[in-house]
Amino acid sequence: MFEFNYLKAKSVSDVTAFVAAHPDAKLLAGGMTLIPTLKQRLARPSHLVDIGGLPELGGLEVKDGQLVIGAATTHFEVASSAVVEKSIPALAMLAEHIGDPQVRNRGTLGGSVANNDPAADYPSAVLALDATIVTNRREIAAADYFQGMFATALEDGEIIMRLRFPVPQRAVYEKFPHPASGYAMAGVFIATTGNAVRVAVTGAASGVFRWTEAEAALAKKMHSAALDGLKLDESDMNEDIHATREYRANLVRVMAKRAVQKLLAA
Amino acid sequence: MTKIELTVNGAQHAREVEDRALLVDVLRDQLQLTGTHIGCDTSQCGCCTVHVNGRAIKSCTMLAVQASGADIVTIEGMSKGGKLHPVQQAFTDCHALQCGFCTPGMIMAISAFLKDNPHPTDEEIYHGLEGNLCRCTGYINIVKAVKRSAELMK
Repeated sequence: MFEFNYLKAKSVSDVTAFVAAHPDAKLLAGGMTLIPTLKQRLARPSHLVDIGGLPELGGLEVKDGQLVIGAATTHFEVASSAVVEKSIPALAMLAEHIGDPQVRNRGTLGGSVANNDPAADYPSAVLALDATIVTNRREIAAADYFQGMFATALEDGEIIMRLRFPVPQRAVYEKFPHPASGYAMAGVFIATTGNAVRVAVTGAASGVFRWTEAEAALAKKMHSAALDGLKLDESDMNEDIHATREYRANLVRVMAKRAVQKLLAA
Repeated sequence: MTKIELTVNGAQHAREVEDRALLVDVLRDQLQLTGTHIGCDTSQCGCCTVHVNGRAIKSCTMLAVQASGADIVTIEGMSKGGKLHPVQQAFTDCHALQCGFCTPGMIMAISAFLKDNPHPTDEEIYHGLEGNLCRCTGYINIVKAVKRSAELMK
């Protein structure tokens, strides 16, 4: 690691002022992505501002039909929360399958959403549930927030405070994890409310996306066969040593079908 | 440099550390607690697992400054009064190690896992140990040792 100065933040307003004065400072929450990045010398921040323990970024409650989770909430806390299990069990299940237990004890919801790794799990839930990202400056709709690989609508110095997930009637998440890292090679989150169906896909392309053809087909008939032969552009898929484009596209279809079967069985 | 205070295995320590120092390096090099191993150094293998405020974490992926004020337990703090911790005893009983390099991390991960889930199924054990690698392929006896630990801790 290159040298940096570490500061423990006392409040969000302190952080905002500090980051405005130090453009090369970076925010640190759980550090599950940032610390490995620093160890590989892929980043050289002047300062690390630790926002992990800020009470302003905590909290977990259902309010006005929405599940509100503080940005510094760890994956373990989401996975083991009775509130999450009761309101959106698919979200608890998603959190329980991020990384490994040690990572889940440190990594945070806000960190994952701010980083927007194309293979991260949470972005699919945020997009499929049409969540709102609440920052220290404004509220951002999920549809406007994700902007491709590691890119988001967050501006310099903007901090995610909490996320608001509308509680759906039904939701399910199904992923094919990379056997070593646990990252999604393809993850599909399906949420239904009334006649509306939202299908978000992570891990397969350069960023999370909605599979609108599947949404339309499932809104007509909620059955896995409804996904047969549907358009899914293979040229948009990632290709690497783990899987070809065609393989990933097929994985998306298989995960979506499994998700539908689970939704119907629940 | 930043001054930090740590409680490690019940003893309090105050140290000046580099801001970029990893918790595992401070435990090993400054406190001479070399039972915590560095395996991959990329937060995959789990050899460096310790408990911070009761939760298992990978100490190669936490800054020492982040742990300031925390209550830390390492493998050296597991046996009490010359008596092995039940998970250590189970590893002995079940011959759950070959080279032993991953063992401290395994024991720290398993003891934390059993607090959350005192009676795990095989599937739950596999899921609970996803953060720890054994390169001697010793998983069968490690899984046996988890079950044995659960019995010993009843």
